[in-house]
Amino acid sequence: MKIGTPKEVMEGENRVAMTPDSALQLQKLGYECLIETGAGAKAGFDDAAYEKAGVTVIKTAAALWKEADIIAKVRIPTDTELKRMTRDKTLITFFNPGGNAEGLELAKSKGGNVIAMEMVPRISRAQKMDALSSMANIAGYRAVIEAGNNFGRFFTGQITAAGKVPPAKVLVVGAGVAGLAAIGTSTSLGAITYAFDVRPEVAEQVESMGAEFVYLDFEEEQQDGAATGGYASVSSPEFREAQLAKFRELAPEVDIVITTALIPNREAPKLWLADMVAAMKPGSVIVDLAAEKGGNVEGTKMDEKVVTDNGVTIIGYTDFPSRMAAQSSTLYATNIRHMMTDLTPEKDGQINHNMEDDVIRGATVAYQGEITFPPPPPKVAAIAAQKKAPPPKELTPEEKRANEIAAFKAQTKSQVTLLAVGGALLLAVGLVAPASFMQHFIVFVLSVFVGFQVIWNVSHSLHTPLMAVTNAISSIIILGALMQIGSGSFLVILLAALSVFMAGINIFGGFLVTRRMLAMFQKS
Amino acid sequence: MEFGFTTAAYVVAAVLFILSLGGLSGQESAKRAVWYGIVGMGLAVFATLIGPGSGLWLLSVLLIAAGGAIGFVVAKRVQMTEMPQLVAAMHSLVGLAAVFVGFNAHFELNNVLAMTAEQRENLHGFAELLAHKSGVEQNILRVELFLGIFIGAVTFTGSVIAYGKLAGKVSSAAKKLPGGHMLNIAAAVISVVCLVWYFASGGFFPLFLMTLAALFIGYHLIMGIGGADMPVVVSMLNSYSGWAAAAIGFSLGNDLLIVVGALVGSSGAILSYIMCKAMNRSFVSVILGGFGGTSGPAMEVEGEQVAIDADGVASALDEADSIIIIPGYGMAVAQAQQNVAELTRRLRAKGKEVRFAIHPVAGRLPGHMNVLLAEAKVPYDIVLEMDEINDDFPETDVAIVIGSNDIVNPAAQEDPNSPIAGMPVLECWKAKQVFVSKRGQGTGYSGIENPLFYKENTRMFYGDAKKSLEELLGKIS
Repeated sequence: MKIGTPKEVMEGENRVAMTPDSALQLQKLGYECLIETGAGAKAGFDDAAYEKAGVTVIKTAAALWKEADIIAKVRIPTDTELKRMTRDKTLITFFNPGGNAEGLELAKSKGGNVIAMEMVPRISRAQKMDALSSMANIAGYRAVIEAGNNFGRFFTGQITAAGKVPPAKVLVVGAGVAGLAAIGTSTSLGAITYAFDVRPEVAEQVESMGAEFVYLDFEEEQQDGAATGGYASVSSPEFREAQLAKFRELAPEVDIVITTALIPNREAPKLWLADMVAAMKPGSVIVDLAAEKGGNVEGTKMDEKVVTDNGVTIIGYTDFPSRMAAQSSTLYATNIRHMMTDLTPEKDGQINHNMEDDVIRGATVAYQGEITFPPPPPKVAAIAAQKKAPPPKELTPEEKRANEIAAFKAQTKSQVTLLAVGGALLLAVGLVAPASFMQHFIVFVLSVFVGFQVIWNVSHSLHTPLMAVTNAISSIIILGALMQIGSGSFLVILLAALSVFMAGINIFGGFLVTRRMLAMFQKS
Repeated sequence: MEFGFTTAAYVVAAVLFILSLGGLSGQESAKRAVWYGIVGMGLAVFATLIGPGSGLWLLSVLLIAAGGAIGFVVAKRVQMTEMPQLVAAMHSLVGLAAVFVGFNAHFELNNVLAMTAEQRENLHGFAELLAHKSGVEQNILRVELFLGIFIGAVTFTGSVIAYGKLAGKVSSAAKKLPGGHMLNIAAAVISVVCLVWYFASGGFFPLFLMTLAALFIGYHLIMGIGGADMPVVVSMLNSYSGWAAAAIGFSLGNDLLIVVGALVGSSGAILSYIMCKAMNRSFVSVILGGFGGTSGPAMEVEGEQVAIDADGVASALDEADSIIIIPGYGMAVAQAQQNVAELTRRLRAKGKEVRFAIHPVAGRLPGHMNVLLAEAKVPYDIVLEMDEINDDFPETDVAIVIGSNDIVNPAAQEDPNSPIAGMPVLECWKAKQVFVSKRGQGTGYSGIENPLFYKENTRMFYGDAKKSLEELLGKIS
């Protein structure tokens, strides 16, 4: 089958759904790849690069739509594009099925299959095709860069000959993929970074990225993110109040605010109100990554940069991934390629649209003339519910000391008991056994004791050589045979001779094989 | 030479043997330690040959040389994967030698007792020693040699069966004759009866009967133990061969035999203990064979096993920074250690962190995996044991499981009803991605389903470990 990618028709969209690299991988799956001329130009991939990767370059969009069986693109398809669908074609793209009823109807009437990349369920297996996450990652990174571009100071604190520069303070609201990417970028630029999220379980992730999690003084049980498929949900009014109060407290301090709070299928919650914007220092920057859904910040204008009266810049761009087209195209094309891998289990270049598969079923919004949105809940629970583990009790120094003493006492007790019992047994034996026996018995007991002391120190990796060496030295039995061989009858000599012979095998074999093994152990 | 010289030589030899075992605490000192052992043994044999009581020393030297030649050839030829068999086979020799020496002691004792007082005056060597013993001492001597023969005989047949199982000549499944442990108990009772009888009569027949019973116990006990428990069995037999030597040492009145026997015996006992602890099972339950009954239905395993091909593994390895390889007996069976080592070299050359995690009971011999990896020239400082590496899995990109099953089974921690519940395992499922190289979809030795294979971050890399790795090496330059 043929898989084709047209040029994005939307103004300002620089991304492309197929890169020369992904085309090579798709060809390995058995597909033939097509691309519209100039489709990758804005992302830095010219036609020659595609041709070199074995992709056929097609002159017009119409011809491409006609020839390809599978069309992979980025932006929500326009009506013109959708009208080019036919029953046997599959379209893979961002589709926004929740807010695109007309598009769904049109796709239904045309009868083609549509896979919406934003509908890929959030389960581990599907992470490699989760385009929302890969795009959010870029958006988070770019948000910090964009903020830096509009921020008149350093991120990192410096002490220079020309004076001291304080570090910038960055607050990231919403620690999803975009938020975490923003935190990572911001901390690596050297800013002091704070992060807030309504899901308390992400605090650990935030701290692992080097930011400080902003905790609220709030008692209520917050809903676990696992119940909503890893996304945030709407919070209670009381919680919201506590949250806003905290933000109000932080507003005068922070230099850069990056808001990424989105709730699926809803308007973005307003979290940074006008009075907080007003409280910020002049020159501060706010980047609102939720601008497309109305924005988290009061005063955000979609796709625009506004400067408030008190000199705070509010950035409401929605095309951050497109602003880094080379990177985002690479990642998106890889997501598409992984989707195709799942669609082509046989690697024979034929799509197997398996509607039983959780991931494929979830992402398919139109299938053979039917609208299949919204999908049924996936069979596999997305993320294991967070178990409420009680925090390990911090032991006070006194308790620790007490524990140590108790352990020491127990050890002493068991040791003394063992010694007492052993000693008593020894004495009991000594009472009845003759002196010559006791002489040997003492040697025996001491040797066992020495053996136990010595063997515990043998390193684990040397257990096999240890066995070989103990095996070799256990042929010390040869001494017994040697003592007997000279005295006595023919039978005694025969048996003793056999023993000497066998022990001889063992001595040489055992030591040699040990040496061979030990010689092999090498340090890197 | 005088008796004093022999004793002095024995003391030196004993010290050397202790140093030899103690030196095994580190890889570098171990190389020196073997020489201590060799010198100690040479000294002991030399001192005995020239000491009192020996005769026919030319014959002895010839026999040692002949045995040595065979030992030399065997040691040179043996494959490192065959180490378990070799060690088991050698134990059987020690066991048999102990039985023979014990018999001899009995014959000598009877000879001496039959002699007249004048004849006794003319005795020398071992017989002279016997002649001076009082009645109680003779009885103790009898107990000692009886014990020596018993342990020696059990060691002999046990080791032969263990050898057969490890070499694949006897089915490695746990098998018992009808009657099970009752037969063992019966044989043990016969032995005790023989001991009493032997005391009363001093004849050879009860001794012989007991030997037969002990041979049977050795055979039947080890037949009833499955292949995966062999690390415990081999170290247990190692321990027995030591105790047999010690018991014989008592009856011959030879302190060096006692010292070395005790050293070997305690060494084997400690190894058995370590192995049992690693399996979270008691020594008795291992020896009695088979896994204990489960206390409830096993946890349902959800999900499916997802297969992956060499391409997928290669690209994941390409992207990974830290890799942990977990080898098991399957690697030894497939002789895949060279390929594993080559893979390690190539990955390390790319600047990736590659380490090995070794479970204490991986393989069929304590420390088996270490030896195989060392043979393939994997540096030992990247080969770590379970406790050292278990905490590192969450920060690891890729864990590769090659031919191990039960030692990476998460059911041991997650399912209280699992037969292996509580056994310490390598927590490889905490790595970001796990690849399992495995022949097919079957269960491991214990017959327990392994939930690891169904985890979302696990991919099954089916096929013979050696072939799979060869294919993988083709993709990684």
